Amino acid sequence: MDVVRDVAFAFANEVIKSGSRIFPRGELERFKMCIQCGTCVGSCPSGRRTAWRVRKIFEETRLGIKEEVLSDDDLWNCTTCYTCQERCPRGVRTTDIVRIIRNLAVKYGYIKSSHRRVCEILFRYGHAVPVNDEIRKIRKDLGLAEVPPTVHRYPEGLEEFLKLVSQTGFKKMVEESTK
Amino acid sequence: MKKYAYFLGCITPNRYPGIELATRRVLEEFGIEVLDMKGASCCPAPGIFGSFDLWTWLVVAARNISIAEEMGIDITMTCNGCYATIQEANHLLKGNNELKRKVNNVLKTVGREYKGTIRVKHVIEILDEEIGYETIRKRIRRPLKGIKVAVHYGCHFLKPSDIRKHGTAERPIVLDDLVRTLGAESVNYRDKMMCCGAGGGVRAGNLDIALDYTREKIENMVDAGADCLITPCAFCHFQFDTGQVELTGRLGRKYELPVVFMTQLLGLALGMSPEGVGLHKNRTQIRSSTEKLP
Repeated sequence: MDVVRDVAFAFANEVIKSGSRIFPRGELERFKMCIQCGTCVGSCPSGRRTAWRVRKIFEETRLGIKEEVLSDDDLWNCTTCYTCQERCPRGVRTTDIVRIIRNLAVKYGYIKSSHRRVCEILFRYGHAVPVNDEIRKIRKDLGLAEVPPTVHRYPEGLEEFLKLVSQTGFKKMVEESTK
Repeated sequence: MKKYAYFLGCITPNRYPGIELATRRVLEEFGIEVLDMKGASCCPAPGIFGSFDLWTWLVVAARNISIAEEMGIDITMTCNGCYATIQEANHLLKGNNELKRKVNNVLKTVGREYKGTIRVKHVIEILDEEIGYETIRKRIRRPLKGIKVAVHYGCHFLKPSDIRKHGTAERPIVLDDLVRTLGAESVNYRDKMMCCGAGGGVRAGNLDIALDYTREKIENMVDAGADCLITPCAFCHFQFDTGQVELTGRLGRKYELPVVFMTQLLGLALGMSPEGVGLHKNRTQIRSSTEKLP
């Protein structure tokens, strides 16, 4: 039995370890205390209209069926509204855990093509939603600077941004994800 | 004159500059100046980029914060997404020296450093805590009598509540109180605290699902008799305003509840014209609310 349990928690431990680079580890460990009560799913606005089930993904993660969890397209139907995290009676950082599981999905190559395109825009402009000609004109009409004082106006700022997303390995990870 | 660094993000300057105009004008009216954060980037968005790589999310957020630290002033913003990222990154880094050291190891390659010397405030907090609704009430030149407003808080201003620290996320009142301060009525509606549908990469990844949230919220607001909705979040504003145009095209039924940013509504009450706060640049028609204005 012990052996089976070790195997089962290997993926859950990977999730906690990955997340603890950013978040306090003790808070993430509470993930193991989920009692499958379903408060999360009952609170979930995405669950009303999609097959996304927070509880199911969490149990599958603890069972260690990693590929099923990471390749599940419904994983990307959470809007990160935090309603489930606020209400979890066990204090599980549910929404943070979802983001961490998604980080692993991306790391193992499961990124949606539409999301890769958003990244490509970010890597080009330093904005996920860059300015365009129509908006430049609106800005001018409103008496604002035509080009906002962001990386759009300061190329040295964009250069810093691009250096950072390369340094962290993020740019390469997205470019190499092809699944 | 009190000064804030205005973190613009993406949607405010690059899709809804009317929000930027209204916010600058309204704060100026109360003696608060907002300064540019030169060379700031995407925050990066907490739901989508936080879902891709939290480490990169934190490092880039720390760079943005470092720009305001150099200016020596606190940050404000008009998007709950930007607020979530910048506030949470600041919270995480202030509370963990080891994490701060690791982040600074990357930042120093671009000649920057995160110090942890400034605070992050949503523009709501400036209006509520710094200016105060009583002061605002005294300056109202055009009370918004008879206008029914549906308040949409947006998820990331309030949640996670243990980090944001604005009290209850289930029954907040701060924006409803603002609406009442301006002389308008805040209408209750079904599932008021529900998400707009745009976050977490859902708008980019599955537009139909995102719009289904939006449809449900708009229908609930209309059923409650709302003349307009207000948001404190540029991304929710984008989802409701552009989203209704998309819904109308897809469902063959008109969705046209006016979408007004909170500082645009405040500007109207202070006596500014609809054009003066950029309302005419929103895609939803504003006539049904503004024709009620005295």
